[in-house]
Amino acid sequence: MATYVAPIPEITAHRAEREGQGWTSWLTTTDHKRIGIMYMVLTFVFFCLGGTEALLIRLQLGAPNNTLVTPEIYNQLFTMHGTTMVFLFIVPMMAGLGNYFLPLMIGARDMAYPRLNALSFWLLLAGGIVFYASVFWHPPEAGWVSFVPLANATYSPSGGEDAWIYLIHLTGLSSLVGAINFYATVANMRARGMSWGRLPLFVWTMLTYSVLLILALPVVAAAVTMLLTERHFGTHFFDASEGGSPILWQHLFWFFGHPEVYIMVLPGFGVISEILPVFARKPIFGYKAIAASTVAIAFLGFLTWAHHMFTAPIPEAILVFVMLSSYLIAVPTGVKILNWVATLWRGTIEFKTPLLFCAGAIAIFLIGGISGVFLATFPIDWQVNETYFVVAHLHFVLLGGAVLPIFGAIYYWFPKITGRMLGEGLGKLSFYLMFFGILITFLIQHVIGLDGMPRRVYEYPDVGHLALYNLISTVGSFILAAGVLATVINVWRSLKVGVIAGPDPWKANTLEWFTASPPPVNNFDVVPLVRSFEPMKDIRSEVERRTGGASERGAATVPAGATQVGL
Amino acid sequence: MSHLLPSVLAFFTPAHGASPNAEETDSLYKVTLYIALVIFFAVEGGLAYALVKFRKRKGAVAAQIHGNTRLEIGWTVAAAVILLALAVLTFAKLSSIQDPPNSGPGGAQLGEAENLLYASTERKLPPNGKVLNINVIGRQYIWQFVYPGANEPDGLGAPYSYEELVVPTNTTVSLNIVSEDVVHSWWVPELGGKFQAVPGYHNYTWFKVSKPGIFRGQCAILCGRGHARMIATVKAVPPAQFEAWLARQKQLIAEANTEAAKAHAKLAEHTGAEAVESP
Repeated sequence: MATYVAPIPEITAHRAEREGQGWTSWLTTTDHKRIGIMYMVLTFVFFCLGGTEALLIRLQLGAPNNTLVTPEIYNQLFTMHGTTMVFLFIVPMMAGLGNYFLPLMIGARDMAYPRLNALSFWLLLAGGIVFYASVFWHPPEAGWVSFVPLANATYSPSGGEDAWIYLIHLTGLSSLVGAINFYATVANMRARGMSWGRLPLFVWTMLTYSVLLILALPVVAAAVTMLLTERHFGTHFFDASEGGSPILWQHLFWFFGHPEVYIMVLPGFGVISEILPVFARKPIFGYKAIAASTVAIAFLGFLTWAHHMFTAPIPEAILVFVMLSSYLIAVPTGVKILNWVATLWRGTIEFKTPLLFCAGAIAIFLIGGISGVFLATFPIDWQVNETYFVVAHLHFVLLGGAVLPIFGAIYYWFPKITGRMLGEGLGKLSFYLMFFGILITFLIQHVIGLDGMPRRVYEYPDVGHLALYNLISTVGSFILAAGVLATVINVWRSLKVGVIAGPDPWKANTLEWFTASPPPVNNFDVVPLVRSFEPMKDIRSEVERRTGGASERGAATVPAGATQVGL
Repeated sequence: MSHLLPSVLAFFTPAHGASPNAEETDSLYKVTLYIALVIFFAVEGGLAYALVKFRKRKGAVAAQIHGNTRLEIGWTVAAAVILLALAVLTFAKLSSIQDPPNSGPGGAQLGEAENLLYASTERKLPPNGKVLNINVIGRQYIWQFVYPGANEPDGLGAPYSYEELVVPTNTTVSLNIVSEDVVHSWWVPELGGKFQAVPGYHNYTWFKVSKPGIFRGQCAILCGRGHARMIATVKAVPPAQFEAWLARQKQLIAEANTEAAKAHAKLAEHTGAEAVESP
């Protein structure tokens, strides 16, 4: 008979802090778990705002020569939509997931700088408020890329552009501070035995996310500051008639803008790399290759920005170089997809909602990756750039590489955060609506672009089949929205009536599942010694070994933090 | 039935058919598409197959594989080779897309291209150096086209038109694309790719239409609230008709200028103001 060994709590604090009560404690919290929750709730609200903007766009485009909104409102809508989704949803949602789970996955008590962590959140909120306040006056209407001269004071006299600039500064600072925090946490606070080669893959991607932010954000901060002085203090950085250049803006913006897209999808890839092994019941195929390709993508991502500028008057040498660097970056990205398929291969796949979202993410992202090769080929790009072909591409890569993984992460990690499972029925419904909604909305947009419809146009004529194709796309967008709604309802209900999860409902591989659901304030009473990149799996098999293989299917349950396994 | 394949393909390919650069871009696109379809079906097929075949089943045990170095190196090299092949193909076709051919024997009579002194991307010229040079000027929210035939050395007096660009068939037309205000983008899909009109820069493209026709296009980069309506049409007509149209256009402009000068003079007379310079 195995003897139960009582846990020896480790004293990690000299004063036992009482967890704050009431809503005011949330305002002053520095606990990474509470900050993570606030991030996730706030960014999801922005997701819904951005999604509403998208539905309005699709309603306007649902018929040719439509008059639902004016050109001014339409331009504001797509500007708000793009800016919201990038700066107020995807990037900070990844920070929210990282905030909650990165310390847990490395066995840490909190982030390296808890107060700085709180600052990150409040800066994000401030940025969102400043940006959306412009809705009551004049929202920006120069697109999320704010090309000059359109965005300067002559052609965008209203304050909307300034609201956009302040958003970039505030959310940029939020992200920069957060990035430093993530890096310092991983560098210094890993559990004993967790070498760099045993980091969970989600942590690897949050690390590269952080490095990319640190390197790219200062450039866009400089660019928008130059735009601010151009608009209000008479500088001429971008004014050709005074010796400046509009092309300078494009270079500066895209030098940040391209790494930004990897900032958005790399953590999504990390989520996929965590979830697939759990539900296929086998290890990730090629841990080293996936970690290496993450770093390679991050590095190469700094060399490809000019592929957003193929139609601008730039030297041919740049066109050639950037086409080749863009092709090159397709290699590690494609390899990752093959590693994921190989992870599923010869597994015993459990079709739970987190797995469905990740498998769907791979399928969707692949389509975006393939259309990316067309866009990287600059003579082809000359035909399809700035058309709905690009809109299709960007939505496939972002929905596949970031949004679907975020939903997968929500279903995977909700039990850890709240102690309750999300409903499987609603979860599957949400997945299928979103998956097919994405396909119906965006596949046809490739054709719309090939048929000659540019992007950022508030209306189009009734020529060819544009009316039919746009209608199909609009219908798809509402199916996608219904899928999102299903998850919102699921979360709302499950908070009250969801099945109690326990510490490790999925029989997963990483350390966050070693503690209770939800975790106590101090995360771990005991941090186990880490011996591989799948520490929880090792703990489970060790417990099984010591207790003689207790329950069915060889899976032993581990009471949260209750053993001295590995110490 | 013979119409089915072209129309199916048209669904999946960009506009083409009127100018060699658009044709060559389309054929490059098609090769890329065939490679893309193979990769798409192979990888999506692998994913779907794995999901179906390796579902959790009673008694099945997952194979605890950590990787397979040879396989991983193999597929990395294969991906790189496919992309290398595509790159080689692109560079092989690049000249036929970027470099204009000589005008055909039926084309308009052309002089030498102007001596251009701007620091910008290199303007491509056909082997014999003769093009019909047309300046394309973008401004919010109308395209203006300035044709050769200036009276004066600084280019004044040249005939121009708005929104509709008239060109002779069988002639290599070289476009010099500029902007007066914000960034615009010149794009007529059937006549080739799009090129930004950036204030302070010159951007160039070319086309050569073999048969008369009308080709539609529009501004292809956000330039303000009227962006969606900044359309352009290119009307290709036989060279003789083009010359006649150009002469008539010049005459109409001269007549309109004279009328305007008269109206200015009358206005100055009525208001007692100093004589106003004619535009």
